[in-house]
This record gives sequence, structure tokens and C-alpha cells, in this order.
Amino acid sequence: MLLIPCPWCGPRDEAEFHYGGQAHVAYPGDPAALSDEEWARYLFFRANPKGRLDERWSHAAGCRRWFTLTRDTATNEFGTGSGNGSVTGGVTA
Amino acid sequence: MTSRRRDGHRGETLRFRFDGRDYEGLRGDTLAAALLANGVRTVATSPGLGRPRGVYAAWTEEPNAIVQVEHPFPEPMLQATTVELYDGLVARGLPGRGVLADRPDPARYDAVHAHCDVLVVGAGPAGLAAASVAAASGARVILADDRPVAGGSLPDTAETVDGVSGAVWASSVLAGLAGLAGPGGPADVRVLHRTTVFGHYDDNYLVAVERREEGAASRERIWRIRARRVVLATGAHERPIAFAGNDLPGVMLAGAARAYANRYGVLAGRRAVVFTTNDAAYDAARDLAAAGVEIAAVADVRRGAPARDGLEVLAGHVVTGTAGGSDGSVASVTVAPAGSSAGSSAGGSGRREIEADLLLVSGGWNPVAHLFSQSGGELRYDEALSAFLPGKSRQAVEVAGAARGVFTLAGCLEDGAAAGARAAEAAGFPAAAGRRFDVAEPEPMLPPEALWLVPADDYTTHFVDLQREVTVAGVLRATGAGLRSVEHVKRYTTAGTAHDQGKLSGVLTSAVVAHATGVEIGDLGTTTFRAPYVPVSFAALAGRDRGALHDPVRVTSLHGWHVANGALFENVGQWKRPWYYPRDGEDMETAVLRECRAVREGAGALDASTLGKIDVRGPDAAELLDRLYTNMMSTLKVGSIRYGVMCRADGMVFDDGTVIRLAEDRFLVTTTTGNAAPVLDWMEEWLQTEWPSLRVYCTSVTEHWATVALAGPGSRAVLAGLAPGLAVDNASFPFMTWRDAEVAGLAARVCRISFSGELAYEINVNAWDGLTLWEAVQATGVVTPYGTETMHVLRAEKGYPIIGQDTDGTVTPADLGMDWVVSKKKADFVGKRSFSRPDTARPDRKHLVGLLPEDPSLLLPEGAHLVADAGLPEPPVPVLGHVTSSYRSAALGRTFALALVRGGRDRVGDRLYAPLGDGGDPVPVTVTHHVLYDPEGARRDG
Repeated sequence: MLLIPCPWCGPRDEAEFHYGGQAHVAYPGDPAALSDEEWARYLFFRANPKGRLDERWSHAAGCRRWFTLTRDTATNEFGTGSGNGSVTGGVTA
Repeated sequence: MTSRRRDGHRGETLRFRFDGRDYEGLRGDTLAAALLANGVRTVATSPGLGRPRGVYAAWTEEPNAIVQVEHPFPEPMLQATTVELYDGLVARGLPGRGVLADRPDPARYDAVHAHCDVLVVGAGPAGLAAASVAAASGARVILADDRPVAGGSLPDTAETVDGVSGAVWASSVLAGLAGLAGPGGPADVRVLHRTTVFGHYDDNYLVAVERREEGAASRERIWRIRARRVVLATGAHERPIAFAGNDLPGVMLAGAARAYANRYGVLAGRRAVVFTTNDAAYDAARDLAAAGVEIAAVADVRRGAPARDGLEVLAGHVVTGTAGGSDGSVASVTVAPAGSSAGSSAGGSGRREIEADLLLVSGGWNPVAHLFSQSGGELRYDEALSAFLPGKSRQAVEVAGAARGVFTLAGCLEDGAAAGARAAEAAGFPAAAGRRFDVAEPEPMLPPEALWLVPADDYTTHFVDLQREVTVAGVLRATGAGLRSVEHVKRYTTAGTAHDQGKLSGVLTSAVVAHATGVEIGDLGTTTFRAPYVPVSFAALAGRDRGALHDPVRVTSLHGWHVANGALFENVGQWKRPWYYPRDGEDMETAVLRECRAVREGAGALDASTLGKIDVRGPDAAELLDRLYTNMMSTLKVGSIRYGVMCRADGMVFDDGTVIRLAEDRFLVTTTTGNAAPVLDWMEEWLQTEWPSLRVYCTSVTEHWATVALAGPGSRAVLAGLAPGLAVDNASFPFMTWRDAEVAGLAARVCRISFSGELAYEINVNAWDGLTLWEAVQATGVVTPYGTETMHVLRAEKGYPIIGQDTDGTVTPADLGMDWVVSKKKADFVGKRSFSRPDTARPDRKHLVGLLPEDPSLLLPEGAHLVADAGLPEPPVPVLGHVTSSYRSAALGRTFALALVRGGRDRVGDRLYAPLGDGGDPVPVTVTHHVLYDPEGARRDG
């Protein structure tokens, strides 16, 4: 079971968290202006790398805050050496 | 039968029964030790071939001696080598499969969560050294050991440490741990005996099962341990060799026979042949000889093996076969020079048949790398030891002693101390490892030689996996079929899939596959090691989370009344909701029809307290709701109520409910009973991740309120009587408005909402006033209590969908015929863009429709499929949709259903058919509009 570094509560068991998938998939500013294909990409297309991925997590059974962190999907290591996704609280625009 | 117990080995006598016969053993025995002491050689039979099976090993690696314990409580599939003997034990041997208990288990099982700086797994020489060094540093230490007594293999080998027996030395180490001082009391050191760590998961989360002693509060206990650092001192398993007839009772690992002699004082036979590839078997032979076992010969595959300890050593020899006696157990052993045409029955020169009742086998040692591998560590093949050793680790893990290929006692002690020091230091506790241990060890003779199987013409009794009866012939059939990966061979042959999870057979299988396919075993590798390391009972994993404690049960403040008045209950999420209230002699159908009639003709009351309630508050509350609901909420007036639907971004309906405007900046949102938490999460997610600038707080207030729904044409008079100060006429209190009022003397918020189409009110009071309100309603004598089933029938008659029953995450508001709830004015809301996606805008999507079976008494099963023709074509049959809700209606005087049907609104009036899978003809149904009762809505104002 992962030990997830919540930016507000510190390291806590994975069972307390809710997984929110790939981070930085912002809600489009003007959905009506998007083509069907662009909208479908927003809805359905997500990265699935073997390696580092910026992910959204919610500390559902704790502080109930959403945050972003980087996880290596092959080793489950968090945060280390990522260019763009160490632990951050709040907005993931 | 005479005792095989060594002179001088004494203890408390315990009586037990095995396969219907009474025996005696000693406290401290395992069942296997006690059986061997009584001369019982055949313990079980193999599951498929029915071959006799004896005790092969001395601990958790046992593949053969599988028993069922019958008393004190039935437990199937236990290894006789790990069952601790106790007085009154009743057991029998199994042909591989056991029988589950036919009665509830009265024992309690529980769990503990623990944290430590250093977890040491295994209390053998390496583990004890590691734990004592780590504990002395001040680190919080847990030492978990799977045996009843510490010492690991020391009681098996009878070696000495610092001048005392291994068992005494181990006790002194434990006493030292217990006496350590920490800040303000004893040091934080915990020693767990009989505790097997069976899983090593991410971030050093390890799970263990403790088999607790008689009299403990629980029978087994699960330990969930989070450790900063882990020291794995899990030892090594001796390796079998594949040769003809290597499964007979009397064939035993050399180290196991040594353990029976030294730890239990039991002689596993009278005259033994030893078959080895390494020095360790000589230590076993020496100890057995000293205990009184005649060692007939040692077949050592190593050509340079010298005579030793007065033994007859047949250097460069292998065992080519065994012969069973009248009881099926070993009576003689055939040896021959390695490399000769040993397998042929004609035999070669030097072939000898030696009379023996015991054949001790040592094919070398496999480090127990299971937990290390589970933790993500990589294994590497060591040519010198011909074994897979821990390589690169992925987690904060140290491996010490035999578990990483250190096979001398002095080496294990020093290696353990060093690993304990490294682990403590890495956890922030400076430690000193530099202590020497005084041990006496035999001089090494020759390096081990790799020998996995003895070549032969016929491989049908060369067993690789004794429990699964997988032979070399079976593995060769797999490789002959083209399989090259050990993972594939494992699944093709089932080698390694028995209760022992291939502790002895796994590496041997790899070796045979490598041999057959001409690759190096190091390149081939092993199958993946997975938890659990030992079989774990479901009862232990469930712990206290069973029965009433399995899941939290939520009840409303009226629950006691429902129980006292005979309600039957329906589970809705974690809630217990009254389902219906049968009167004397009523079945469900009669009761529900009566309750439905009461609401449509008079007045009924429903406990609606379980509906989710969320307080949405802040200057931007209206803006948030506009973005999340499909319809406009910001235009709602204070004092009014609006029904709303929420969709996911893909346009599919996610929840529905009412929105009550309490103030300019405050709303009360209701959700379906099962979706209260997901809706709150949904609001929070958008607020936090997309719209953090919105000034809104969302608070769950579900349990703050008790809600009584009062429905039916008589409800106005009932409310007027209970709330004399409230103007209840239609003009003063119109539909979809709310009023604060005193009801039955209680502060209440009354909402004019209807989920039945009738005139109806929802009366909300403080949760602790709920029972008072309900009893006041009942005291009027004219209100019938009704449950969720009646609620469902009434709403279905009106075509109101239940989200999650009539929808399944692929249904849009338009599919439900609810275009009216989708705002055309708002520029955007979650889901809007998806309504114009080509697939969502298709005219032939599935629509919610009503169905009337042509037989008005036929109740369609929910989930029934709908097809166009009575005569079913050959499969696949084109399916047009399915029944989502189906009831008997008192108001309609017949059965009816709701269904999702492809292009359903264009099929109104059509006849469809529902094949019921009962062998009869598909039954005809007529498609109707989904609103079947009071379509003009004339009844809602009373």
C-alpha cells in the first residue's frame, strides 16, 4: 500500500486517498468552441506512460484536499527528479 | 509401534488422533514430528495419482504432508509440518483437497496496525543479530518470526554460539531486547513469535499473520506494519533433486531429517542413504548417525568428494531410483555413477541397490527471496551457489544471512549485525555493528555443484512439484509444445501453484525448463513471487470486519419505530430503509398494493431522512450550482425549490434531486440516498481544481435532519392539523416552495415536493426530533406508513427515473425524456458540450419508455431483454433494450414496467417481446409513454 505524501497531512496510507487520474487536464475555457474531436480528446484521452506521470489525488478520508504529485507508474516512486510535478496543493490548471 | 524418539528427549505428553488412530506426542512437536515419532510414514496421498506421500520437509516449505484438522475446529489444507501439536488434536491426511467447516467459526480474529523504524523478518542468527544491533541504537524495532521459538535453524542444527546452544543464545538475545531501556521506560521493541510476514508491499508496508496461543483474545491476528527500513533475514530452503521415485514416503530433505533429530528428538528412519550436491548434507548425516540412524552411504555428485566422518562416500554418484516396500514407503535406493546410463533398467557398472528406509536429499539451498521479490527487488543468479540471490532492491530493504546466500553461521551473525546497523542508521539511529561471535563450524570441503535432475529415459516419476504431481515429463511436454517462459510452463503444468506456492518446486522448474530448452537458468529466471508467502485464512484477513461489523450500518432517528412496527428493511448504500410494513397475513405484494392505495387515495408517510443533503453557501453558491446542474439555479427565488439534474462532463446523468434556496447566498441541495458522498466530492473537486476563485463552502448535513414525506390527497388536512400556524392552501403554499413552520410543536422546514405525483410535503426537523414528529403524524390515525417499495412503485407510475436503477451512466437527460431540465440559456454547464457530440445526439439512442405486458398480471423481471420479434433468430439476437423497473400498480390495476429501448419514443404503441429465459415463448409487451399515471399532473395540488 502506497504511502502518499499529502501536502497538508504528511505521509498517509493509500486507503485514505481517492485517485483522480492524470493531472493538468484543464476544463476547456470555451467548450462550445471546440470541435467534436477536441472535446473527445478532453473527455476520453489520457496519458498512460510507463514512468513518471503527474497525477491528481484527493485525501478523501483526511483533509479532503486535491493535490498533484508525480508518480513513477513502474516503481510507484513519488516525486523524485520530476521536472514538473513535485507535490503541490490546490489548483492543477 | 515403537517410538522413534531419541533417548533423553522428554516433555509433556499430549494425546492426539490421526486417521482414526490414537497417538501420543510431546509439547513442542509439530504434527509431522509427532507422526514420525510414532513411525507414521505415509501421511497423505497425492491428489491425482493416489501415490503415498510422507513428510518431506520440516517447516513451511512442506509440499507433501497435507492434513485436515477436524478438532477443535475444522481447518482444511494445513501442512503437518507447521501444525503445532496440542492435546486433543484430531486430524487426517488429505488427498490434496480439504473440506471447509460446516459450522460457523466461534473464534475471534483481529488486526493491529503498527509502525516501526526497523522491521526484522526472521529470528534466526542473522535476524536476532540485526534486531539486537538496531534496538540498541534506540530505533523502534519489530522482530517478527514465524516459529514458536526464536533461533531460526539453530535448534535444527544444534550449533552453538558464544559457547552455549543456539536455543539458549537466542533466548539471551531476546532477554537483552526486553531489558533495553528507552527514553522514559523500556525501549520500543516488539518481538512477535508465530508471526509470518506474508506480504511485502509498496513503501515498506508489510502484512503478517500471528497464530496466537491458546487463551489469547483472538485466534489469529493480522499485523499491518509500516516500517522505515526492513531487514529480511528469511533464511534458505533446501532444494530437492528430480530423480525417479523422488516422492515416496521416506524421501526427505537432509536438513529436515536433521531438524527432526535435533529440534524434536525424532528419528525419521533407521537406515539412510544420503544424496547430495554440497557439504551441508554431511552435517545432517553426522547428526543423524550420532542420534542412532545408520548411514548406509552418501551419494555425492561431486567427483572429488572425500570420505568424511567415517561415512561411506560414493563420490560422483547419483540416486537413480527408489523402490517402495509393502507400505509404499522407501525400502531401497539405487545409486549409480553420475553420467552412466543410469536410468536404464539394465544399469551400468557401479550401479548399486542399497537397502534403506530413509533417503536424505540435498540439492543445495535456495535463499528465501520471496518477500524481497514481492517488494520489487530484482533477483540475480549466482553461478557459484547455483542459486537466485537478492540483487537490486527497489525499497528501503536490507537482506541478511542465508536469505542472501551467506551459509555459514559466523557469516550470518556478522551479516545480520551489519544489516541491522545499516537499517538503524538509515532510519536516523547511529548504531555499532562491530561485534564478533564465537562459533565453531566444520571446515568447508568442496564447493557445491549444480545438479537439478538425474538424467533418465523415463521421467514420469521424476517429480518437480510433489503437491501438483508435476513431473519432469510434464515439464518436457510443456516445452515440447513450444512454451519457453517459466510463467507459461507454470500455468501449463500448474507447477508452483499449490498451497506451498512452489517453495521447493519453483527454482527446480526453472532449471528443468532451462535444461530442456538449452538456455542458462540465470537468463531464464524464476516465476514472479507473489503474496501470500504462506496460506492465510480468509477469517484472519476479515478479522472483526464481518457480520454486523462488515460495513457501517446507518439508520435514521426513526429506525426504532420502524423495527417496532414490523418493517422489513432494504439496504440502500449503508442505510437501512424501511422497505414495506406488512400487516398480519400480508405478503409483500399485498402490503405494497395496500400502501400504494393509501397514498393515492388518502395519506401516507415515508421516512425520507436518508436523502443526501448538502448545504451550499457563499457569495458564489448560485454560480457553482449553475455550472454543475443542467438547469438554471441562480434564478431560483428565496423560498422556492427546483428539481435539478447533474451530468458528468460526458453528458451522462450522474444524480438528481431538489435545490432549495434558503437565502441569496445559501442553498440546500438534496441528492439520491446512495449518491450523497459522490455528489459532495464532485462539488469539491470542481471547486478545488477548476474554480478555486468561487467563494463557496459545501457541507454535508444529511444526518442533521430527519425528513418525513407526507403524501396523498389527505396530506393537506393532516399537515394543517399538525401545524395550525401554517397556511396550507394552495395559493399560500404553492408547489415547489418551502416554509418554516411549527409542526407538532417542533421547529420545522416544510417543502412542497412530490415524488409520487400526489399532493405531498416533506417535513424536515432536527434529527433528534424526528421520532416526535413521526409519532405525531401516526397519532392522527389517518396516515399509512409506507416504505421504499411503495415509493418506487408510485414514482414509476409517474415515470420518474431512479438514477442508478433506470440509468447506468450511459443515459442523458434527453434519453430520459427530460429535455425540459436542460437549460438553453446558460452558455455552459458540465456536460453541455457533450449533448452535441454525434453519438449523444443520435435519434436512435435508448429512451426511457413505459411497458405494459399484454398479460396484465405478468410481472416482467427487471433486467429482461427486449427484442422485436416473437420468433427468436439464431444468436446473436439483436436486443433493443432492457427492463429497468417493474411493478404491480394498484392505481393501474395491472403490472407495468419502465425500460430503456432503442429509439423508444418512436416505438410508442409498438409491440415488443421479452424472452424470459424460462423456455417459454417471449412475452409480448406494448411500448408506452413513460408517464403512465396522471400524465396531465392534475393531482399534485390535491
